[in-house]
Amino acid sequence: MDTSLSLSKPNTKLKSVSSLRQQKLRAAMWFLAPMVTVLFCVAGWPLLRSIYFSFTDTSLTDLYGGQWVGFKNYLTWTTLSSGRTIFSGTLADPTWWNAVWNTIKFSVVSVSIETILGLMVALVLNQEFKGRGLVRAAILIPWAIPTIVSAKMWGWMLNDQFGIINHMLMALGLIDSNVAWTSNIDTAMFSVLVVDVWKTTPFMALLCLAGLQMIPRDIYEAAKIDGIHPVRVFFHVTLPLVRPALMVAVIFRMLDALRVFDLIYILTPNSKATKTMSVVSRENLIEFDKFAYGSAQSTLLFAIIAIFVCLYIWLGKLNLNGDTQR
Amino acid sequence: MTSRSKLSLAMLIAAGTLSLNSGIANAAEVTFVSGKGGKELELFKGMVKSWEDETGHTAKIIPMPKSSTDQFGQYRLWLAAGNADVDVYQTDVIWAPQLAEQFIDLAPHTKDIVGDHFPSIIESQTVDGKLVALPIYTDAPALYYRKDLLEKYQQDVPSTWEQMTEVAQSIQDQERAAGNKDIWGFVWQGNAYEGLTCDALEWVKSFGGGQIVEANGDISINNPKAISALNLAKSWVGSISPEGVLSYQEEDARGVWQTGNAVFMRNWPYAYALGNSDDSAVKDKFAVVPLPSGGDHGVSAATLGGWNVAVSKYSKHPDAAISFARFLASKEIQKLRALEFSRLPTLVSLYSDSDIEKQQPIISQWEDVFLQAVPRPSAPTRVKYNEVSSKFFSAVHNTLSGNGSAEENLELLEYELNELKGSSW
Repeated sequence: MDTSLSLSKPNTKLKSVSSLRQQKLRAAMWFLAPMVTVLFCVAGWPLLRSIYFSFTDTSLTDLYGGQWVGFKNYLTWTTLSSGRTIFSGTLADPTWWNAVWNTIKFSVVSVSIETILGLMVALVLNQEFKGRGLVRAAILIPWAIPTIVSAKMWGWMLNDQFGIINHMLMALGLIDSNVAWTSNIDTAMFSVLVVDVWKTTPFMALLCLAGLQMIPRDIYEAAKIDGIHPVRVFFHVTLPLVRPALMVAVIFRMLDALRVFDLIYILTPNSKATKTMSVVSRENLIEFDKFAYGSAQSTLLFAIIAIFVCLYIWLGKLNLNGDTQR
Repeated sequence: MTSRSKLSLAMLIAAGTLSLNSGIANAAEVTFVSGKGGKELELFKGMVKSWEDETGHTAKIIPMPKSSTDQFGQYRLWLAAGNADVDVYQTDVIWAPQLAEQFIDLAPHTKDIVGDHFPSIIESQTVDGKLVALPIYTDAPALYYRKDLLEKYQQDVPSTWEQMTEVAQSIQDQERAAGNKDIWGFVWQGNAYEGLTCDALEWVKSFGGGQIVEANGDISINNPKAISALNLAKSWVGSISPEGVLSYQEEDARGVWQTGNAVFMRNWPYAYALGNSDDSAVKDKFAVVPLPSGGDHGVSAATLGGWNVAVSKYSKHPDAAISFARFLASKEIQKLRALEFSRLPTLVSLYSDSDIEKQQPIISQWEDVFLQAVPRPSAPTRVKYNEVSSKFFSAVHNTLSGNGSAEENLELLEYELNELKGSSW
């Protein structure tokens, strides 16, 4: 895309360039074709099928026998003879809205904390010190552990009877009886957030670090010569320059957080306090005899994520091409 | 999901043609999926040896997660996709109506043996005249108690939930005062999953509060007796039961119990054999009785559990698979399972077997308990059972964790079940 802008002017002048360009475009198309095909098969087609299923009454025992029912799985209403109108469908389902709220709460809180912590870690790692390579590698360990494994591991650590967290807090005298971190509705979401922050801060730190290393050193030298306070340097030099990288990192995490499933499914009991959109739609798709209803919920989840991303790009005037507005 | 199902369908057809070409009389490999782990998994190879020798086929086991809800989700997906890699499924007693269409009717293949099983169990696996699965063991929970502790504090074995609450509280207090800080009065299954439906159904039924949805399809759950049952259970959380009980499944409860940290436990008979194993802290220190009754009702209730084997209709070698299913349900294997793992047989004759009586006394005692056990409402609610169960255990879990009172939650549950039921189940 970058090249198309810069080439559009000389284009009109020289015909040979245009044919070269066309050749390039054709080559690019051939290189892209396999990936686009694969993407369509593994992402596009299932997505379209899910959207189609959400307008039918398909059940998992008979995948090809669904009838078209329009928007019934989303919202429908009947007016009783008494004049009372009853709404039903996902958009009138309190469990769905509870899940939406849980997901948004989880995403906003976890991504904010991870961004701040990640940036802090990245600033430290950006300094020259002995053993930096080792620390950089070590900090990635939580990110490298599969979520299922870390969820199980934290599940044991947070266990109310045998867990090491309770043991340590008791030994320190911070709590006087064991806390059931994952099953108590007041602490369940908190536990999930702690584990998620532990796991994904390294990812944020890594992306921020990449952004920080793009900043030319001479700007800092100039600031140093001018005698500017380091805090001012951070807010007026580092932060604006690292912003594009930070925005990309946040958007990646946000997409991930909005569809969170594994951590919550493994770590907490299936309770109202932590159920997210993915958990609820899986439940309807597979456990209950409501495949179409679950498809409607997946479609809504997709729509919500799409809206979120559009809003974010628009509000942040984010340039996803990777070039900064220098 | 869908493209995968098409793909696997194509693979199925390809594989089907291949196996046809390679001849029908050849030895088959029968794949069996089961959620049972630990010792049962280890002994599987030895257990099926005689069947392998006799038929020339081989059997392979794929272990599944311990939560029956997780197993169900996976099986449902496999079956919907027409998966031909799995021939025999181990199924929960409540799944028959939901998965009936995907399994082979075993009735014509088991005419000679169904008469040996308890008729009520065979009936629970029969949907519209089709025998969906063959029972391999049945289940009815027990109240486990610590003989040594009850004797030490001169307490009688409780027969009502109220007595149990008192005894548990008093022993817990005295033991803690004596320095045993980790002791709890009562452990059970409080996680929001199928197990909580079983536990809560027992409380409600033993208080005389019905069985959620009655056999004729009526929704009976919103009543004062059910409310008082849930209120009593709620009072246990944080007093005689650890708060974490709200995330416990069977194995978590057994973990607390078998390390010697509980006075009472509600669990299935499998915990009996494990509790008496050599590395158990409670070996020879405990006994079992039927679950207590509640209020002034005077009749206790145990939820009917149990596992069965079903043959997938997508199996490439159904004959070998049926023969394997018959083998798993045979007297020889049921007896082995009873002796090794204290699993309750489904064959009438094994309840008077002298070896079993000697080694696993719980089994002969348990005949009456499971014969009177309460079925979960899977038959009247048919394909909607999972959702009914989920709504029920969510309402109970909310009540126990202080998210609304029992009155509010059961009233809401009644409304939701009515919505779900519509004009009929």
